[in-house]
This record gives sequence, C-alpha cells and structure tokens, in this order.
Amino acid sequence: MSEIVPALQWHRRVTDKLATAIAVACVLLVMLPLAAIFAYLVFRGIGALNLAFFTQIPRPVGETGGGMANAIVGSIVILLIGSLIGVPLGVGSGVYLSEYSRGQFGRLVRFTADVLNGVPSIVIGIAVYALLVLRQKHFSALSGGVALEIMMIPTITRSTEEMLRLVPSSIREAALGLGIPQWRSTLSITLRTAMSGIVTGVMLAFARVSGETAPLLFTAFGNQFWSTRLDQPIAALPLQIFVYAISPFEEWHRLAWGGALVLIVLIVLTSASVRWVASRGFVEGSR
Amino acid sequence: MSAVQPQQPMGSAGNPETLGQRLRVVPRRSSTPSRVADVTFKALVWVCAACVLAIVGFILMQLIQGSWLSLRQFGWKFFTGSDWDPVNGNFGAVPFIYGTLLSSLVALIIAVPLSLGVAVFITEMCPRSLRGILSYLTELLAAIPSVIYGLWAIFVLIPLLRTKVEPALGSTLGWTGLFTGPIYGVGMLTAGMILAIMIIPIISSITREVLVAVPHQQREAALALGATRWEMIRMGVLRNARAGIFGAIILGLGRALGETMAVTMVIGNRAEIAKSLFAPGYTMASVIANEFSEATDDLYLSALIEIGLALFIVTIVVNVIAQFLIWTVTRGTPRRASV
Repeated sequence: MSEIVPALQWHRRVTDKLATAIAVACVLLVMLPLAAIFAYLVFRGIGALNLAFFTQIPRPVGETGGGMANAIVGSIVILLIGSLIGVPLGVGSGVYLSEYSRGQFGRLVRFTADVLNGVPSIVIGIAVYALLVLRQKHFSALSGGVALEIMMIPTITRSTEEMLRLVPSSIREAALGLGIPQWRSTLSITLRTAMSGIVTGVMLAFARVSGETAPLLFTAFGNQFWSTRLDQPIAALPLQIFVYAISPFEEWHRLAWGGALVLIVLIVLTSASVRWVASRGFVEGSR
Repeated sequence: MSAVQPQQPMGSAGNPETLGQRLRVVPRRSSTPSRVADVTFKALVWVCAACVLAIVGFILMQLIQGSWLSLRQFGWKFFTGSDWDPVNGNFGAVPFIYGTLLSSLVALIIAVPLSLGVAVFITEMCPRSLRGILSYLTELLAAIPSVIYGLWAIFVLIPLLRTKVEPALGSTLGWTGLFTGPIYGVGMLTAGMILAIMIIPIISSITREVLVAVPHQQREAALALGATRWEMIRMGVLRNARAGIFGAIILGLGRALGETMAVTMVIGNRAEIAKSLFAPGYTMASVIANEFSEATDDLYLSALIEIGLALFIVTIVVNVIAQFLIWTVTRGTPRRASV
C-alpha cells in the first residue's frame, strides 16, 4: 500500500500543478489583448489630442488639422435624449417589479427585459429606423436617442429591481407603520435607501450605450458639420470613429485614435466612479 | 399585524410578496387623496413595466412589417439560396448565415477554454487580494466599445496576423484546408479572434457566478476525501456547474451572433462561402450595417430587414436557452445584476 500511494500522489500532484499553470496562462493570455488595446489607445491617441480636436469640426479630405468637436457634442445630445427617456422608464419598471409585481405579469416583464438585453443592437437600429426615420423621411438625432434609450432600459430595470430588493422589509414596514402612504414610502424611503445602487445601474447602462455604434448607423447617421437640431442627422463619436477607421486617409486615422481615446476615458471614468460609489454604499452585491 | 402573519426574520432581503399580503390587512386606509396618489403611482410604474413589453413587441412588429415583401416573395428559399444579387432582385441569405455561424464558432473555440481558465482561476485558485482586481480587469474588457475593438484590429491585429501568424499557420496546418489560400489579413480568422476577445468577459463572468453558486460542502467533501485542488475543482465544482457553464457559453454565442461593428471592420465583407479561414466572409449583422443605408429599392430593404428578423429570433432563442441553463444552477442563490 505504502508503495503504491506515493506513485499515485506524484501523478496527481503533477496534474494539479499543471492545471494551475494552465489557468494562470489563460489569465495572462486574456490580459494580453486588454493591455495591448489600452497601450495602443494611449500611444496613438495622445498624439491626436490637442485644443483643435475639442473645438473644431473635421476638415475636408486632404487638409490636416481639424477636430471632432461636433461628434463629441452630438454624442452628448444623443445620450441626453436616451437618458431622459430611458432612466425614468427603467427605474419605474424596476420599482414595479420589486414593489408591486406578483405572479405572471412581473415574471413576464422580467423575462422580456432579459430578452431585450440580448437583442443585437443593429436590430434595434432597424426597428427605430422603421418607426421614426421612415415616417420623418430623414435621419435624426431624436431617433438615435430613442435607439440608445431602448438599449438602456433593460439594464436599468433589472439593476433597479435588484437594488430595491436589497432594502430590508423592516424599513418599508416602519414607514407604513408611521402612516405614510405607500407611494410616499417607496419614493422617499425605499428608493432613497437604494439610491447609490440605482445610480450604479444607471451609470453602467450609460457607459454601455455611450460606445454603441450599430444602432446609430441608420438613425443618427452622422454629420460632418455642426448640428444640434433634433430633427436633423447628427454626428456621434463612435460613428465618426467607425467612418475614420475604415477610411484610407492617414489624417483621419489619427483623429479616429484620438476619438477612441476620449471615448474609452469617458467609459473607464464612469465605471471606476461606479465602483467607488458602490463600494461606499450599503449594497455589497453590486460588484 | 404580526398576529395575522407569522413573524418574518427582520431584515430578510426585501420580500414584497409578504409585504403585499400585509398591506392588504391594514385595517383603515388613510384619507382619500393619498389613496388616489397610491393608485396613480402604481399605475405609473405599471405603465413603465408595460413599456418593456411594448418595446419588444414593437420591435418584432416593425421587423415583420418591414420584411413582409421579402417574406412573401421568397419564403423559405431566402434561407436556402446563396445568391445575393441586389441588381437583379435576387436574395438568398446562406453566405451570411454561414459567415455568422463560422465566425462565432471560431470565436467559441478560442474563447471557451480561456474563459473557463480565467473563471476557475479567479474563483478557486487565486489569492483573495487578486480576486477583485482580476475580475475588474476582465469586466473592463467588456466595457470597451465594439468600434474600438474594430479600430485596434485594423491597425494592430490585422498587420500582425498578415505578416506573422497566418503565414505560420498556413505552412504548418495548411494540409487541413482550413488555413489555405491568399492571405489578406482580413477574414474569418480575424473576425473570430476579435469576437473571442469580446465574448471572453461575458462567458467568464457568468461562469464565475455559476461556480460561486456551487455549494461549499461539495468542495469540502472532495478535499476531505483526499482530492488535490484540481481534482476538487473537476469533480466537486465543474461537474456540478456543467449546465450553468453551458448556459454561459450559449450566452456568449448569442453575443457573438449579433455583434456588428468590430466584425464588419475586419471580416472583409464578401458574400462568399469558403472553407479556408483566411478567406474574407460576410455576416448577417455586417451585411445590414453595410448595405442598409444604400438599399434603394423596397425589395432590397425588405430582404435586409428579414435578415434582421432572423437574427432577432435566433438571438432570442439562444438567450432563452442560456437563461434557463444558468437558472438551473443558480436558482438557490440570489441573482446579481446582469452583465
């Protein structure tokens, strides 16, 4: 017996070490593209950023200089429209799911939100095109905002619901026990308690859609000139990056890297601040 | 009130079911105005929730309406024909379906082992201090927009593949027929690789969630029987989490099928069916992205919308299967926010 066991142990120990080594190798292999992407973004992007980048609109092909000011402003406009509609709708349906839903309807809404979360963004683009662009007869900033809003809703709904569920029942009961009507208690007690978690969800949704390109292709469409009108095509940072990246012009490539750096800094700042807010709030499970 | 219902443990994570039941036995409603406000508020949030249903319904409706012309004209032939000829009004979606499936398959082959390795390392092997930072870094990979992946692939990955990786693959594995033909840099392999990088965070974070949901007793029992750490992971953890891991993989597949921008930028956009992974291809999502705003006649537009409809239905089916599989493992534990 004592002669067999060591041989077996040797074999098993090597397998164990091998498995650990493979897992470490996997982690390193996954970190490699991450590091490479960020390194290139900073390396190529920094050179493109200057005052003109943030204050000027693109120059015609062949001229150097110019910037992406119109795309940055356009992105802000579209994201604002998206948030203005998407945040109240998402938070509202999250409140419904957590505070009022019983039985089938709630389950259906929850399921549908998960389904909507998995719908490819380009398909949402087509649907909004059919609804708004075809009717208005031209591409518009409004339709871009609506497309982003549809993408934000499921994320906000589900995270709001989960954050509200973390609020202990005793808090709700205390409020009701004091004679406060339920709507008041939901708005100023339950929602306020879960506020940091809900903000986290909203910011994550915001970060997620701020880089979306596919749903804007045939809604916001893009624009080489200044426009902040809601019924006209509008430039957007991700769209502009796409157009510049596949163009054959060196100068446009430079701008694309600059735009990508600005976009990623925006997203990383948002998600980092989300982590910071979440780590301070009472909601532990919110990563 | 507690006389009506058995006492609930204080602070049990919000259970609206019991709260609702308790509300019904409150003896006297307060004054009428607040009653009205209550009903209004409830109606308001109900409308919000109904909006979620309405949006999905409306997407489906718009897609069916938009593709009606093509549905009527081609019927099932649309999904068996391989001829995509906008000039003569002849549309078959097979090259795009093939491209979508093949690029997603390549992505899965690369991403699945890597994501499982990462998930196992983070949940079972890594020191506690590294856990947070590693999961943050993998999630950061998910936060990078698709268009930036595409940009990086065009200027970094494609030159690398064209000059180094693909020639090497061609000379060593050319005999398989998968790595032959002219090397462009763009093509199925590139698309599969970029897709793999994009779906790794999804697969690994859901797998992590599933692994965490496996009861601790399973691990302890395996270790108590003298298993090494790897044997414990294999027998105690992975085996119990099988269905959930499969669900995570399918969820990753769902994301890969619908991914648009990065793929459009690197796949070469040629409606051909080639066996070689070096050859350019086309996917369902990227044909929509490229040709939608150029589609001039109604039938062309309708055919593109029908591709969107097919994509919509396929991703829904894939997601439902995945959610179900993940649920079978995690049903006991509280769900976390979706990715």
